[in-house]
Amino acid sequence: MIIMSAYNGAQAMGYNWQWYRVPKYFYTLTDEGFQWGEIAIGIVKTIEISSLAFLLAVLLGITVALLRLSTLLVGRALAIGFLEIVRNTPLLVLLYLFYYVLGPIFDLDRYAASVLCLGVYHGAMVSEIFRAGINAVPTGQWEGAESIGMSTPQVYRFIILPQSVRFMLPPLTGEAVNMIKSSAIVSVVAVAELTTIGRNIISDTYMSFEIWFTIAVVYLVVTLILSIGISFVERRYAVS
Amino acid sequence: MIEASNLDKFYGKFQALKNINFSVAQGERVVICGPSGSGKSTLIRCFNGLENHNAGKLVVDGIEVYEGSRDIRKLRQEVGMVFQQFNLFPHLTVLENLTIGPIRVRKKSQQEAEANARTYLERVHIPEQADKYPSQLSGGQQQRVAIARSLCMETRIMLFDEPTSALDPEMINEVLEVMVDLAEGGGMTMVCVTHEMGFARKVADKMVFMDEGEIIETAPPERFFTAPETERCQEFLQQILVH
Repeated sequence: MIIMSAYNGAQAMGYNWQWYRVPKYFYTLTDEGFQWGEIAIGIVKTIEISSLAFLLAVLLGITVALLRLSTLLVGRALAIGFLEIVRNTPLLVLLYLFYYVLGPIFDLDRYAASVLCLGVYHGAMVSEIFRAGINAVPTGQWEGAESIGMSTPQVYRFIILPQSVRFMLPPLTGEAVNMIKSSAIVSVVAVAELTTIGRNIISDTYMSFEIWFTIAVVYLVVTLILSIGISFVERRYAVS
Repeated sequence: MIEASNLDKFYGKFQALKNINFSVAQGERVVICGPSGSGKSTLIRCFNGLENHNAGKLVVDGIEVYEGSRDIRKLRQEVGMVFQQFNLFPHLTVLENLTIGPIRVRKKSQQEAEANARTYLERVHIPEQADKYPSQLSGGQQQRVAIARSLCMETRIMLFDEPTSALDPEMINEVLEVMVDLAEGGGMTMVCVTHEMGFARKVADKMVFMDEGEIIETAPPERFFTAPETERCQEFLQQILVH
């Protein structure tokens, strides 16, 4: 319905559809051989940025979660402070902070600043997922493990974390999907990922309808593949 | 082995333990009983530092127990505990449940730990369940695995916190049998919180009766069951022995 009315609306305003010009932005096949197009390169870049940032988010997330759950007063205060500051700052503002403020100070290029910003922002979200997953394991597991003399790191590593994985995977998948989507925001500091490339193509060709539709579908396909992939992993950790 | 003097324990304003004086000698088997909410579990959980007392002095196996003690892990390696809710590790097989302590805490080799674990599974009469997961076992079997897990640590003291209370009636006996067997094997110091008076009569060297956070009566089993001194203890025994 929406697509139909959008199409009709476009027809009414005399939009000149040029879908045939889109495929060459994915790949070209000429006498010189096969070549990836700009959108394909953008996809790779988006996945690269998101993966690096996600890795950072997971590392940061687990650190913050463990600090938050620790008996150290300073650790807990640090974790809560970090969480509240990051969660209550808009992602766009955070990105500007990283690029325009921290960038010059620590000599970060736009790429590093973007990855760090995404990693920190989602790290806060991921830490809450970890905390919830760890708390979902019954306290009896702690007592059982401690009563055989395990140290706190051992309890986490051998008893608690393996059991919390199944509580964490579904929300972590959601967070990974969010990460890919929010990575589009780094186009405002002109990192050459999918959204930036889409914008560049449009400013060259004026095919805004075709390209934005295409970009949206590409994001959809990437995130769907991710979700389906993780649901297979989830089945492995399901309780029998 | 266990020496408690003037222990107090508070949960907020509620006093769970009141001036507890209690001692267990090496090789002694002590049964603690009393109505629910009388502080039995709290007391036994203090012995391996799962709860911390607020006042008084507690020495277990030569190690003083107090909040934040750095020796608490050393202590726990010498004090085994069996819980009402088993607290087995559901993501590990029975064998892995038994070997994870010896391997990770005692730094034994895998082969040694497994051989040892199989011996103890034999002792609790379920050698054939080694490769199953806890959720595939009955409650009684799970509790016997939990007992074997503690045995695998080869501790000098074993604490039992209502080991049969979460079990279906027909499974209580198989667990008690194992416990009687352990008690009669000798050498091990046992402290057991339980309502199983038949078991208590059979194995206990000393009976302790608690009510409202206090130790009301301590007596050898013959006298405890036939001629309890205090009125509260008489009432309690009447209530549970009538049925």
